[in-house]
Amino acid sequence: MAENKGILVYGELTEGKLAAITTELLGCGRKLAGELNEELSCLLVSDSIGEAGKEAIAFGADKVYTAEDPSLKQYQVESYLQVIDRLVKDTAPRIVLFGQTAAGRDLAPHIAFKAETCLSTDCLDLSIDPETKLLLQTRPVYGGNAQATFVSELLPQIATIRSKAMSPLEQDDSRPGEVIPTKVEIDTSAIKVKVVETVKEEISGIKLEDAPAIVCGGRGIGSAEPFNTSLKELAELLHGAVGASRPPADNGWVSEAMHIGLTGKIVAPDIYFAVAISGASQHIAGCSGAKHIIAINKDPEANIFKEAELGVVGKYEEVIPALTGKLKELLSS
Amino acid sequence: MPNMIVCCKQVPDPEAPPSLFKVDSAANKMVIASDVKPVIGQYDEFALEAALRIKGKQGGKITVLSLGNKIARDVIKKSLAVGADELILLEDEAFEESDSWATAYALAAAIKKVGEYDVIFCGRQSSDWDAGQVGIGIAEILGIPAVTLARKVEFSDGSVKIDRVIPDGYETVDVAPPVLITVTSELGALRYPALKGIMAAGKKQPIVYKPADIGLESSQVGAAGRHINLSKLFQPVKEAKCEIIEGENGEEAGVNLALRLREAKLL
Ligand SMILES: Cc1cc2nc3c(=O)[nH]c(=O)nc-3n(C[C@H](O)[C@H](O)[C@H](O)COP(=O)(O)OP(=O)(O)OC[C@H]3O[C@@H](n4cnc5c(N)ncnc54)[C@H](O)[C@@H]3O)c2cc1C
Ligand SMILES: Nc1ncnc2c1ncn2[C@@H]1O[C@H](COP(=O)(O)O)[C@@H](O)[C@H]1O
Repeated sequence: MAENKGILVYGELTEGKLAAITTELLGCGRKLAGELNEELSCLLVSDSIGEAGKEAIAFGADKVYTAEDPSLKQYQVESYLQVIDRLVKDTAPRIVLFGQTAAGRDLAPHIAFKAETCLSTDCLDLSIDPETKLLLQTRPVYGGNAQATFVSELLPQIATIRSKAMSPLEQDDSRPGEVIPTKVEIDTSAIKVKVVETVKEEISGIKLEDAPAIVCGGRGIGSAEPFNTSLKELAELLHGAVGASRPPADNGWVSEAMHIGLTGKIVAPDIYFAVAISGASQHIAGCSGAKHIIAINKDPEANIFKEAELGVVGKYEEVIPALTGKLKELLSS
Repeated sequence: MPNMIVCCKQVPDPEAPPSLFKVDSAANKMVIASDVKPVIGQYDEFALEAALRIKGKQGGKITVLSLGNKIARDVIKKSLAVGADELILLEDEAFEESDSWATAYALAAAIKKVGEYDVIFCGRQSSDWDAGQVGIGIAEILGIPAVTLARKVEFSDGSVKIDRVIPDGYETVDVAPPVLITVTSELGALRYPALKGIMAAGKKQPIVYKPADIGLESSQVGAAGRHINLSKLFQPVKEAKCEIIEGENGEEAGVNLALRLREAKLL
C-alpha cells in the first residue's frame, strides 16, 4: 500500500465562496503541514466551484482537487461520500480534516468506518507529536465538563473541527498552488436515500454566527412570546440577535435554527446575555467563545454564574425591561 | 409490521451539575460523584420515542440493545416500561472501555444475531463522550444507508420517510428499509411509562450476551478492540469570577446592570 502522506481538508462552499470553517481548517492544516513538512490539499465538491479553488490556495492549500458536477448541486450523503472516499483512496493522505458542520459530522464517520480507522469529532485543538508524527486530537467530552486528547496509529487520521476553534491565515492571492479537476463518476444505483423536499426556515435579521451581541433565552422564559418581545427588543437595541438554549427549540417556542450549544450553533459574540438559562455544560459549549457573558437568573446557585462575568439574580420579567430601558437612555446620550 | 432496533447507552446523568464531574489525571479517568444517577442517554430516549411512535401507528416489534458493564436494570428497563418488546444487554467486563469503533462493531454483531430488522435507531450522539459516530459506524459495518438528525420518522411498507434537520430548516428524505436512523432532540421527548408498563417491565428479564454469544473474540471488544487511545484527560481551569449586580428589586438591578455595562465599556 502507498505510504500515507499529506493533509486533506474537506472544503465547503457557501454561496459560491469558501465557507468560513474551510478557511479555519486550511489555517489549521497549514500549521500541521508545516510540522510534518508535507503538503496540504483541499477537496471541493459542488455543481459550481468557480473561483473557490483559487481562494483555497490563497488561504493555504498547496493543491485543490475539485469535483464539479450538476449531480452535486445539493448535498446528498451517499453521492458526496463516493467522491470523497475515492479521493481518499487515490491520494492516501495521512490526515483528513472536516468541519464539525452538518455535512462534516455526517460524512466523517462514514469515511472513518470505511477506512476501518477512527475519528475524533468536534476537536478544539490538533497538533503533531514530534516523535511519533501522530495527530494529537483534543476534544471536549462529557458535554464539555472535561477535555480529552486522543491518539491512534491507524492511517489516515481523521478529525472534525469545531467552528471558530482555529484561525484562518491571511488571504494571500499570490500564494502558489495548483487546482486539479477530478473526474466525477457517481454510481447512482448505490444511492438509496432520496431527497424529496427541502424546507428552509427564513430567519429575519442578523445571523447568530455573525451577531456582535446575542440575547439568549432558556427554558425559564416559559413561552414563545418573550422571545419576540422583551428579548428581541434588547437584541435589536444592541444590533444583535436572539438565540435560545435547547428546551425552547424543542418546545417549539423558537425556530430550531436559533438553538445554541453542543448540538446547536456555536457562537462567539462580543457580548452574550444568558437569560433564564441554568448553564448546563452542553449549552456553554456553544457560547464559551463569547468575550463577555452576562447572566440573568432567579436562582443564585445556577451554574451560569460560574461562567458569567456579570450577573443579576432576579426574574427576567423585571430585569430585562429595566435593563433595556436604561440602556436605551445611556446609548442615546 | 416493522422490526425495529433501538441502541440505548447508559450514561451518568448529563444534566448533573458540572461540579460533580471531575478528572483523575493520574489514572486518566472521569471521576463522577456517586449522587450522579445513571440514566439512558438523552438522544437515545428520543430514538426510542421515534420507534414507539411507529409502533403506535403500524405495530411491529422494538428490541432495545445496550452495551456496557454493570448496566442498572431499573434504568434500562425504562425502555420496556414505555413499550419496547425486548431488551438485549451486551454486558460483560470485556466490553468496558470500548471506543466508537469497538462499540459499533459489537452492536452490529448483535444486530446480525437478531437478524431481522427494518429500522435501527440510534441517538445523534451519546450523552457522555458526545462522539456522534456509533450509529453511522453500525450502518457502515452492516452495509446499509444511514440517515442522520431525524426529527420525524414515518414508516410505510417498503419506505421510510424521514424529516432531517439541516442548517436553517429541514429536508424530507425517502429510503427503503433496512436503514439506520439517528435521532435529534426536535423529535420530542420520550413518553412517560404507564403503571401497567412498569409492572410488565418488572417481570421481564433482559437477554444478556457475552462477546462469544455474538461471535466476537475478546481481542475485538472493549479496550482490546479500540482503534483510538485516550492519551490525556483534563479539565481546563476557569478563572472567571462573576460580579453580581445588586438592587432592591429586579428593576433596580436591571438599571444597575445597564450602568455597570456602560461603565465597563462593554456596550
Ligand atoms: C448530548 C447532549 C447535548 C446537548 N446539547 C445542548 C445544546 O446544544 N444546547 C443546549 O442549550 N442544551 C443542550 N443539551 C441540554 C442541556 O443539558 C440542558 O438540558 C439545557 O441546556 C438546559 O436548558 P436551560 O438552561 O434553558 O433550562 P434549565 O436547565 O431548565 O434552566 C432554566 C433556568 O431558568 C431559570 N429561571 C426560571 N424562571 C426564571 C425567571 N422568571 N427569571 C430568571 N430565571 C428564571 C431557572 O433558575 C433555571 O436556572 C444537551 C444535552 C445533552 C445530553
Ligand atoms: N454502549 C452503547 N450501547 C448502546 N448504544 C450505544 C452505545 N454507545 C453508543 N450507542 C448508540 O450510538 C449513538 C451515538 O453514540 P456516540 O457515537 O458514542 O456518540 C448513541 O446515541 C446510542 O444510540
